[in-house]
Amino acid sequence: MFVIKYIKEVWTAVRSLLKGMKRTLYYFTHHKEIITQQYPDNRDTLVLPERFKGEVVMPHDENNEHRCTGCQACELACPNGTIKVIFKNDLTPEGKKKKAIDKLVYHLELCTMCNLCIEACPSDAIKMAQTFEHSVFDRNQLTKILNKPGSKIMEGVE
Amino acid sequence: MWSFSGIANNIHTWLGEHFNATWTMIIEMVIAGVAVIGLFALLGLVLVIMERKVSAWMQIRLGPNRVGPKGIFQSLADTLKLLVKEGMTPDGADKLLFNVAPFIAMIVAMLLLAPIAFASNFQLWDLNIGVLYVSAVSSIMVISILMAGWASNNKYSLMGAMRSGAQIVSYELSAGLSVLAVVVMCGSLQMSEIIESQRNGWWIFKGHIPMLIAFITFIIAVTAETNRAPFDLAEAESELTAGFHTEYSGMKFALFFLAEYVNVFIVCAIGATLFLGGWMPLHIGNWEGFNHAMDYIPSSLWFFGKTFFLIFVIMWFRWTFPRLRIDQLLNLEWKYLLPISMINLLVVTAMAILGWHF
Amino acid sequence: MYRETEVIQDLATAGEGDMVINVGPQHPATHGVLHLVITLNGETIKKVEPHLGYIHRSIEKMCESLSYRQFIYVTSRMDYLSAHINNHACAMCVEKGLQVEVPPRAQVIRVLMDELTRIASHELWWGAMAMDLGAFTPFFHAFRERESINDIMEETCGARLTMNYMVPGGVMHDLHPNFQQRVKDFLQLYKRKIHEYDELVTGNIIFQNRMKNIGVLKAEDAISYGCSGPTARGSGVSSDIRKLYPYEIYNKLEFDEVLETGCDSFARYMVRIREMQQSIRIVEQLIDNIPEGDFQAKTKAVLKLPKGEFYTRVETARGELGVYIVSEGGTTPYRIKFRSPGFSNLSVLDHIARGSKIGDLVAMMGTLDLVIPDIDR
Repeated sequence: MFVIKYIKEVWTAVRSLLKGMKRTLYYFTHHKEIITQQYPDNRDTLVLPERFKGEVVMPHDENNEHRCTGCQACELACPNGTIKVIFKNDLTPEGKKKKAIDKLVYHLELCTMCNLCIEACPSDAIKMAQTFEHSVFDRNQLTKILNKPGSKIMEGVE
Repeated sequence: MWSFSGIANNIHTWLGEHFNATWTMIIEMVIAGVAVIGLFALLGLVLVIMERKVSAWMQIRLGPNRVGPKGIFQSLADTLKLLVKEGMTPDGADKLLFNVAPFIAMIVAMLLLAPIAFASNFQLWDLNIGVLYVSAVSSIMVISILMAGWASNNKYSLMGAMRSGAQIVSYELSAGLSVLAVVVMCGSLQMSEIIESQRNGWWIFKGHIPMLIAFITFIIAVTAETNRAPFDLAEAESELTAGFHTEYSGMKFALFFLAEYVNVFIVCAIGATLFLGGWMPLHIGNWEGFNHAMDYIPSSLWFFGKTFFLIFVIMWFRWTFPRLRIDQLLNLEWKYLLPISMINLLVVTAMAILGWHF
Repeated sequence: MYRETEVIQDLATAGEGDMVINVGPQHPATHGVLHLVITLNGETIKKVEPHLGYIHRSIEKMCESLSYRQFIYVTSRMDYLSAHINNHACAMCVEKGLQVEVPPRAQVIRVLMDELTRIASHELWWGAMAMDLGAFTPFFHAFRERESINDIMEETCGARLTMNYMVPGGVMHDLHPNFQQRVKDFLQLYKRKIHEYDELVTGNIIFQNRMKNIGVLKAEDAISYGCSGPTARGSGVSSDIRKLYPYEIYNKLEFDEVLETGCDSFARYMVRIREMQQSIRIVEQLIDNIPEGDFQAKTKAVLKLPKGEFYTRVETARGELGVYIVSEGGTTPYRIKFRSPGFSNLSVLDHIARGSKIGDLVAMMGTLDLVIPDIDR
């Protein structure tokens, strides 16, 4: 009786091990199951979903115009103080003084890609870009100015 | 025909014509030494890349594929890196033992290479107690591990070394017993005679089920003896970080690493010699045509093919199974492998006496 | 320096022939920066003392300076493997204070995301646990399935790990148009591959021997240590918040609370494996029945919670997460306290590890499924 139990024990143990070995042998011989993505090589074919949160950018149209009114909603919404809005005084055609953004400073090194600034923006002036290769050798390069030089606010955006 | 034994004989006759007997001997020894070291380096490179590829494919990965075509020079690059790294000796370590331990591991591996027949009539030293020599010398391996673990003055290393001591000493029993099964069958300890006795069929086929059991026991025991997963308790990276070689770095670490792989090669070579007929080609009964075709494959290819198949099996174990616990490891040996191989040896002895084999 | 202070202290309590060994904060088995000071007698563990604080970022204090919209994103960094569920708990607590009704579509989306996160978390745990035991291959196999969940998250939420998708009043975006198809593909992949888990790990005799009758945590101990989640359910303690205090639409869903009575490491392992199947069941029920409507309730731009105290709890992949907010009526919380599951689960380690081998300690830590940032916060 003892011997039969002993042999049975050994047999079930060996069988369970063989099952696992069969599975690894399957993958050893079936190379089409390999899931590795060879990242820097597949950069050309790499497509990120349009919602991917890579960094905050400010889209400009062909006249170098953006939609930012400088309402500071994004600055207030940001939990980390990533965005700073710096103002200047513009002159409208009628000769009145008008407040407009001079620089929208964005600190990528502080950003956690939480998307709250984009949610907060009332005029859709900023959006998330799908870039993700942010490594640089100098930290200063991560402090970005989102509005392009010489850009001004789009007509009709208040 | 071009063969290892032919080359060896040519060198021997050439040396005999140009030098006297003593110098011939000395030069042959030097050549053999250089050849062994060269084989070591080559084995290290080949087995490391093989392990990395095998593991990668089992883990649905690609594995190394950057250095050279399909990554075949990866291990060369690794070696280069290890060579230029600083080999540090910890402050609290026993300096002498710490630095000597990796070399002992290597020397043991080199000694074990002596009685292995790589091809027909190509053997360094065909001593008449070949099998006994192998099992005796392989036990010295544990000393290097114990030395490394003790001298490191690190608690992890010490625990790894102690584990490995218990492990190697106990698994030698069942490895020895399963080797004995072959020795009983063919009645000789000499490697060349063991291979010669398999001319009409390998022992694993000739010896029926008992020989198969002996073979399986042997494979399990040598996996444990070489500290390979699932019996890699001496290094157990999730428990003891790196076990006995935690404090080693650079080339001293590489020597341990190399010794592990060479040991795997050697035990697989011995397994292939004892159970799978060494360099003997595969012959099936009286299929004359088939047997004749098999004879055309060079004997060295047969030997290396069998050895690398066994190495693959051991790697296969490693990348499939979880690790055992120390008490389970010893249970497996003393409760399962040892009784099984002892009874098996009795059966084999009875078979040998009654002549119940082909 | 270190040796002078802490280990000597431990040596004073260690007996003759005992060895004090530091596992962590840099150690392959501690999955992060957990530091265990272990007193060993040979291979046998006499005492385990967890030392915490290596990844303490004072998240609770940080939250006090952030507005009710902002503080949610920080909590993704607590238990980063169930980031959605953490965010969910915080959003629910704020909604409770604001008395906002979440639209049915948002509720369904939230539950779907929670369950997908739970599956992803358990997948990672499964792989990491097998790796603790020395089997490397399952880790990569687990990541194959987890990766497809991450892809779904990336498409809908815009990030793979710290999504910040739950906002007070609902979710940040609507579901991506591909979402349903991608989830169905994942369900198919999962069902095609699930038997591999048994072949590679669960049925393996070495694994079973490593797990069974190891790290026994009795039901009364589980209760007294405050364990929750799969750790408690492995001891037969019913503690599924989704069943006991249903939130969102959980009371309308058909799923079983997974209970195992083995009390050992294997029971805790099986709870998680079976829980994955229950999560699959929930996802299957919901994926074709997502109601139309708003994905976010209308809320004010600046949220102000009324004066008072608010508490919600959810079931994360690791157990019960409680969020406690004290409001003084302003735009930022006066005090926030998180009741994290990992902290209580870690506290049983000493209790269950005593007398077992050092190899078992690693296995036990695996079955407790510790995420260190969740413990330290």
